[in-house]
Amino acid sequence: MLDKLTYKEKKATRDGFGAGMTQLGRRNKKVVALCADLIGSLKIQTFIDENPERFFQVGIAEANMIGIAAGLATAGKIPYTTTFANFATGRVYDQIRQSIAYSHKNVKICASHAGLTLGEDGATHQILEDIGLMKMLPGMTVINPADYTQTREATIAIAKHVGPVYLRFGRPGWPVFMPKGTFVIGKALKLHSGKDVTIIATGHMVWQAVEATRELEKNGVSVDLINIHTIKPLDESAILRSVKKTGCCVVAEEHQMYGGLGESVAGVLAKRHPAPLEQVAVNDSFGESGKPDQLLKKYGLSPKNIYKSAMKAIKRKKK
Amino acid sequence: MATVSKLQKIASQVRRDIIRQTADANSGHPGGSLGCADLLTALYFKVMKHNPKFKMDGKNEDMFFLSNGHISPVWYSVLARSGYFKVSELATFRKINSRLQGHPATHEGLPGIRIASGSLGQGMSAAIGVALAKKLDGDKRTIYCLTGDGELQEGQVWEAMMFAAHHKVDNLITIVDYNGQQIDGPTQKVMSLGNLEAKWKAFGWKVIKMDGHNMTEILKKLEVAKNSLGKKKPVCILMTTAMGRGVDFMEGTHKWHGKATNTEQTANALSQLEETLGDY
Repeated sequence: MLDKLTYKEKKATRDGFGAGMTQLGRRNKKVVALCADLIGSLKIQTFIDENPERFFQVGIAEANMIGIAAGLATAGKIPYTTTFANFATGRVYDQIRQSIAYSHKNVKICASHAGLTLGEDGATHQILEDIGLMKMLPGMTVINPADYTQTREATIAIAKHVGPVYLRFGRPGWPVFMPKGTFVIGKALKLHSGKDVTIIATGHMVWQAVEATRELEKNGVSVDLINIHTIKPLDESAILRSVKKTGCCVVAEEHQMYGGLGESVAGVLAKRHPAPLEQVAVNDSFGESGKPDQLLKKYGLSPKNIYKSAMKAIKRKKK
Repeated sequence: MATVSKLQKIASQVRRDIIRQTADANSGHPGGSLGCADLLTALYFKVMKHNPKFKMDGKNEDMFFLSNGHISPVWYSVLARSGYFKVSELATFRKINSRLQGHPATHEGLPGIRIASGSLGQGMSAAIGVALAKKLDGDKRTIYCLTGDGELQEGQVWEAMMFAAHHKVDNLITIVDYNGQQIDGPTQKVMSLGNLEAKWKAFGWKVIKMDGHNMTEILKKLEVAKNSLGKKKPVCILMTTAMGRGVDFMEGTHKWHGKATNTEQTANALSQLEETLGDY
């Protein structure tokens, strides 16, 4: 199974979003898109060219974009708001809370350039708190796909889900390795079966976890590897099934250690099946300028660190 | 004029409902509610085409959005009095297990409410979204949005104003409750709004001025506003009102912005407002 998890090309997850939007534009006339002056970055030009009447440029005014989307949803449209993750969440938290989440609006908040891998623009734009912010809102679905293919499929799938969704993706070219036709909202994807340790990863970190798993298996450690693309609602039974078998786990995410997927998994385990858990995440710190791979390495989001964390988790298991 | 006197009678009952709801809950915002009673009465009982058999998407209906959600008592009263829900439900305002939340919400499923408001500055954006959807669907009805004047201190309002002019949202009428008061005092003192008429015009809107307590003028100016739609410009009505209108000791001051009357004051207020449709 592991030898199938390879790639022929790298493509950005945001390109997957753009491709998904193109397909959606053709098949679902209720879908409308809004953008706050970042059309090129969000890769939605084809959607706009093909459906000019269903696209609204709002300018650099994210709060207004969220409110307009809520209004469009009220009248039965399926609005997709598009901007960078930092401006899509933290900047407009109260607008999302009141006009979308509390009001049960069917808005899809789509956010590119999440996390450290945004790169050179630096910490002002590298939001590492967005998963936490969004998962705390009642009724909000939170999705962080792993690659181009999964982002494209998620983009299309969320149109059929009635309710607010936060869809998080990123900027850099990234291995395209996920098998096609496997994305279902809320359903974890098992990528490799093993018995010594569970590795749970989301977003770009799924590929890092694949690389770590290869090394671990080479050295005789058997890994249960899970791609959690839907952080909320969390596929608790998949996590419990795996950890009951392996007895420990590592959670890897391109996000703050506080408030992210790691804490969600820790909560499930603490309540239902206590077991050692190690986190691979940014440790209460802002990012900085640099190349994506340099940043991932410096802030501990590397395959090497997942490997080390897995060994640590295994060591902590009760003999 | 028969219509005008009928509407004035309804507005008097609406004002009684406002005083009684807030007094009973011992909380809420009677001041701004009293100030907008005439406008909301005109909209719901004469001007708007709307269906009390509430549908969220409001297709082929005129739709009203309240951005300054704290004046919920006036909205609840006109919604109940025009048949969206039983008037007896007004007695549950701000109480546990009620659909009549302190600020309007969709969460409990109260008919007539399409989006939560209360955190200020957000209503006009939502109204624009619905207006855009109506245009996409070829639906010719009108969107009305009411906003406070103090609320214009929120930046999002100006984002929305800019958008509506740029995208020629000409099926939208925004009404500003221009009472010159906010919680901490006169707007002039708290944060001056400057020349509002010039500001709205500079943002590309058609501006109409209206006395918010003269029913004949309200009907006339709303007609003027409607006739101004479809001309590639959004329309703003600067509606001059007095906070607390209709009760002598409450009128023209910010002191009753967010405070309910006590037993004695309630009796005094109600003695000044004729019961015309029967109290709930």
